[in-house]
Amino acid sequence: MKGVRHYPGFLAVTLLCLLVLYLPLTVVAAYSFNGSTSITTWGGFSLRWYADVFTGPEATRFGQAAWNSLTIAIIASTVSTVIATAAALAMIRSGRFRGKTASYALINLPLLVPEIVIAVATLIFFTTIGLTTGYLTILIAHITFCIPFAYLPIAARLSGIEGHYEQAARDLYASPWQAFRLILLPLLGPGILSGFLLAFIISLDDFIITNFVKGAGMETLPTAIFGSVKQGIKPNIMAISTMMLGVSVLFVSLSYLINRKGRPAR
Amino acid sequence: MKRLLALTTLLATPAFAEGELKVYHWFEYIPQELVDKFTAETGITVTIDTYDSNEAMLASLKAGKLGQYDVAVPGDYMVEIMRGEGILGEYAPEEMPNFANIEPQWLDVPFDPGRKHSIPYQWGSTAFSVNRDVYQGDINSLGIIFNPPEELKGKINVLDSQGEVLALGSLYLGIPQCTTDREQLKALNDMLLAAKENWASFGSDIAKDVLVSGDAAAGMIYNGFSAKARAEGANVEYAFPKEGYVLWMDNMVLLKDAPNRDNAIKFMNFLLDPQNAAAVTNYAAYSPGVKGATEFLDAAIKDSPENNPPADQKGEFIIACDAETQALYDAIWTNLKK
Amino acid sequence: MAGAAPTPSPEAGGSDATYARLRRPLLAPTWTVIGVFLLLPVLLMVVYSFLTKEFRGGVEWDFTLAAYDQFFVTRGLFGDEPAQIEWTYITIFWRSIWQAGLATFLCLLIGFPTAWFIATRPEASRPIWLFLITIPYWVNLLIRTVSLRFILRDQGPMNDALIGLGVISQPLEILNTNLAVQLGLFYSYLPFMVLPIYAAVERYNFALSEAAADLGANRWRALFEVVLPVVRPGIVAGCILVFVPALGAFLAPDLLGGAKTFMIGSLIDEQFRGSQGNWPFGAAVSVILMTLVLIVLMIQARAAARAGQ
Repeated sequence: MKGVRHYPGFLAVTLLCLLVLYLPLTVVAAYSFNGSTSITTWGGFSLRWYADVFTGPEATRFGQAAWNSLTIAIIASTVSTVIATAAALAMIRSGRFRGKTASYALINLPLLVPEIVIAVATLIFFTTIGLTTGYLTILIAHITFCIPFAYLPIAARLSGIEGHYEQAARDLYASPWQAFRLILLPLLGPGILSGFLLAFIISLDDFIITNFVKGAGMETLPTAIFGSVKQGIKPNIMAISTMMLGVSVLFVSLSYLINRKGRPAR
Repeated sequence: MKRLLALTTLLATPAFAEGELKVYHWFEYIPQELVDKFTAETGITVTIDTYDSNEAMLASLKAGKLGQYDVAVPGDYMVEIMRGEGILGEYAPEEMPNFANIEPQWLDVPFDPGRKHSIPYQWGSTAFSVNRDVYQGDINSLGIIFNPPEELKGKINVLDSQGEVLALGSLYLGIPQCTTDREQLKALNDMLLAAKENWASFGSDIAKDVLVSGDAAAGMIYNGFSAKARAEGANVEYAFPKEGYVLWMDNMVLLKDAPNRDNAIKFMNFLLDPQNAAAVTNYAAYSPGVKGATEFLDAAIKDSPENNPPADQKGEFIIACDAETQALYDAIWTNLKK
Repeated sequence: MAGAAPTPSPEAGGSDATYARLRRPLLAPTWTVIGVFLLLPVLLMVVYSFLTKEFRGGVEWDFTLAAYDQFFVTRGLFGDEPAQIEWTYITIFWRSIWQAGLATFLCLLIGFPTAWFIATRPEASRPIWLFLITIPYWVNLLIRTVSLRFILRDQGPMNDALIGLGVISQPLEILNTNLAVQLGLFYSYLPFMVLPIYAAVERYNFALSEAAADLGANRWRALFEVVLPVVRPGIVAGCILVFVPALGAFLAPDLLGGAKTFMIGSLIDEQFRGSQGNWPFGAAVSVILMTLVLIVLMIQARAAARAGQ
């Protein structure tokens, strides 16, 4: 078994990949402790930027922005994952049907349209139908553009799962819902997790669309960060980023602990 | 806990509020203490929304956000554009007791003659800075950027901004902005294409950081950014070139269909108070356009070389051209970056 | 390629009567959400591309082909020379497609082994690896790109380390080159390659590889002839998720490549958020881009469907 799974060099590539991913983050983390106002010259170790994030003049706004970003990302990625899973079931499992090509194009539409076009078009649309920009409009926009990011991994996974597992379950008098929940859903798990994670980071990172569909007083972390370039990027942004990393590591550790308590194998 | 408390006060404010004010502003361009002071004085709750460029602000107003905000803070040429678009509100000087505080030189500005829509917020200049460790020669000419000496070739960053690059290029060649003269436009086009060979990068957000890190030895830059680069330890000198430099001014404008017009006027009046104008300047590190603000300024900002152009060298505002002429400049810019 | 092993079709499971019955309700949310909140606005933009530009952004409701004319035809700087093909924008498209294609290839080259490696870890630890891949993306793209810029600098840590180790004697000048753009795009989109491939490989039945090995194929031949066809849907999904966004990207090209030339993304951005304020032209460039990508996607979908029969 081990033999066919192992490819020489794949471990090295993975480590290289992680190195590339994390190297810039060490810069971010290091300069969040910079004593000076620069993000390029070192001015000694200091915690002043962390203090600035919590007690500085922009503290409430940064706090709000981080909170908005996280809640929007969680809600948008969850909703879009559910929508994408349903769509994948219909697209992959229900054979040929009229409008399949159109549906495929529609699902991928958010990918195809340049972000700035989505931004302007959506804002015009929201104002036309009389929707005031705010939290809700950001959420709607995020759910929309997250769908293909959730759909593609889920659909890829689903096409690799043969139909006979569920068929067997149904032959044993499981209802379609039971067959889906007990058989297909666990098999689909890695695809759903992948889709959810991609949707999550896409939502968390979005600037251009959010910048247009947000309303007065609504700020997300990306809009705050891009907005602050008027004054130049300061280490306080690095401090916030480092804390976001901290939160994500916390999430991972928690899920690891929960996972370890759960079932050990398939 | 303290933040939670602050939040509760924030939420509780409307109970005794005199109404609200919606501000469309750059991020980190107004100190929160000043906003709090305004709220404390007037009871008006201030909500701030932010944008990251003049054009993005214009686009989102035109796409439907007009009517949601009371005031915004566009740059000089953008005031003129917004005026032309008819999306600015108008006020009478009598409505603002502090109107008289506006420095005379900023009263009759080309983009808003007589100040019917806007008040000065902050002003500064755009030229270039040179790393003095790399180049010790004379930096009194825009030729440093457009026809650089050997030491600086390939080490120049220019702003990724059509308006500033084309305006400074025109100043260098001594041709007027918004010209329709073919020979002059061709000369500008050719000069820029040749100059680009010596440029390392176009970048606005990174304009300061490339100078501090040493990635660029010279760079087109805003005066405030250059002052910050110097404060961060880079041996850079900001130049006021003999051909002229770009003058810019951010202004607070009253927007058309402002939902809280009265409060907007109060806020603009508040910002024309010398002490308050100085508070903005001490935060943003540019220059106020308000009489009597100087005495409240931090010495470092008041006396910084970047904020004090020599009396004999003149700056020029970027002019917003008409549609036909602008199309020519757009073509030159696209040509430069194709 | 085919025939080395039983290949489960990309539409494995094919038609399932239960899901066929539920098709409408299952697709309804997608149609509603994307149909209303994206398709309608985008159709409006398609209309905009045929309208007269209003100076400084916005449109006037007069039909014209001016935007498309600007894209394909040039009449010189002053508009009075004989009409010729305008190569400016076609060049920008070609450059962007080339860059995005290279970045996709790079992501695949690194992403596939990574996804494979993760999929062959013990089951309990796989989600942890996935999180490890996505954690960096909790930091905003702008900050990540600026940091990458810092690392790649001539006097930056990477060059210092390489010189310190004696690998090179002169600093590598990577910043403001195409290589930096590639690294930036790679860094921006890597998880979008790794995760879909992981989702597909995790499902792979290793007995197929064993069968191939029994038949005398070495592991690399088995990889290309047995594994790849089976996990193809994952690879295709990953390539779409990297290539299409990379095509419109402008942050990495601008910050790392020096923004000396337009990419499609920055060209369109300039029309809406930049000083050119030409909405119909921005819309037209987008329509051309969308049409191109849609054609590629349709060809791919057709091919996948055919492979499945």
